[in-house]
Amino acid sequence: MARAYSMELEAHERYAQFAEQLDTHNNREVAELFRKLSHIESLHAKRILEEMRWPSLPALPPAYAWDTAEGPETALPDAVHYLMQPWHALEMALRCELQAQQYFEGIAAGKAPPGVRKAALEMADEEREHVRLIRDWMRRVPQPEAGWDEDPDPPRTTE
Amino acid sequence: MNAPGAPMLAAKDFKSDTKPVWCPGCGDFSVLSAITKALAALGLKPENVAVVSGIGCSSRIPAYTSCYGFHGVHGRALPVATGLKAARPDLTVLVASGDGDGYSIGGNHFLHACRRNVDLTYIVMDNHVYGMTKGQPSPTTEPDWSSKLAPGGTGLKEFHPLVIALASGANFIARAYSGDPNGCAALIEQAVRHPGFSFIEVLSPCVTFRPEQREWKNMAHPAPVAPTDDPGRAARRLMTDDGFNIGVLYQGHRAPYRLGNVASQTVEALECQFRL
Repeated sequence: MARAYSMELEAHERYAQFAEQLDTHNNREVAELFRKLSHIESLHAKRILEEMRWPSLPALPPAYAWDTAEGPETALPDAVHYLMQPWHALEMALRCELQAQQYFEGIAAGKAPPGVRKAALEMADEEREHVRLIRDWMRRVPQPEAGWDEDPDPPRTTE
Repeated sequence: MNAPGAPMLAAKDFKSDTKPVWCPGCGDFSVLSAITKALAALGLKPENVAVVSGIGCSSRIPAYTSCYGFHGVHGRALPVATGLKAARPDLTVLVASGDGDGYSIGGNHFLHACRRNVDLTYIVMDNHVYGMTKGQPSPTTEPDWSSKLAPGGTGLKEFHPLVIALASGANFIARAYSGDPNGCAALIEQAVRHPGFSFIEVLSPCVTFRPEQREWKNMAHPAPVAPTDDPGRAARRLMTDDGFNIGVLYQGHRAPYRLGNVASQTVEALECQFRL
């Protein structure tokens, strides 16, 4: 569960970082969406703390001990574009939630002690629910048209 | 030094309220994050750390931290940091630079900072391009990289900073990748702990002028061998590596430079010597 907590926290930080980046580039709609995603991840982390009733924060696993460079629920640092649209942000969140679901399913199907596998199964169910919620959210958001990243007046040009 | 028993700070405590203006997706965001994580892991306090830089996208970093900072002159971050460390050896001094600032304009300072082996940590965010000034080729740009500003490429062989650092006497040489901020933080932490001049080259993609560098995520890989303290072996490894080996590549044992006689005179006594 310490690992799950660490994963949610890392995702919360990355989305907050993306919100700041898009604020700076005046893409307020997507910045706001990233702020929402960041808040949701922080609520997940908080709930783990409450459920575990840890008297103090447990020693978190070394952050760089994931199989990948970062936790499975963390979006890649270069996954943003200044012209991106809400649909792109949700697509990114969907990918992260799917990775988290697969991560916990992998632990549940592995050779970990029964208590760990049970907890992993619960976490996988939870991530599955997040996947469903994001898919619902995506249905309410327009899909970007081709050429969404073409800027007739780019901020940085060598012309 | 921090007071004994002082609470450990978190990475966010090393970030300032100034929001970075880098392009979204820039590798430098992750380097900033890695620096703050490393400083927190080292148990330092912002008032015991100074971040010194030159000019360029990466050199904006001091403003984004809550540590002491000096955003200096192009290519001159290392001399400023050397002076600061000599005067205030109690401070942890980090130096931030880019491939243009650090290897071209500041190239000569790079050689002599390695040679002097003052206890500094030099973090160079290398994206193989001058990003801030709209995409000119830098010393680490590939000879055949063709752009509007260098049609057909420069045809010039690229600089090999790690080999040069080794030959010049750097005591710790590592390569990190910004796409792995946690790994990068761990390397910065090791570099700060290692006495003497520590040099970390961070592959930090420029998503605006070198979008093809997004592919670095598929190219960066852990160095297949453990760090060595043998300069000869390190030289062979560095000369033949593919440019994407990530990790500590050399760790020497050379004693860091220490100023023998720090502030032994009062200001008044010094003024007397210059009185006409």
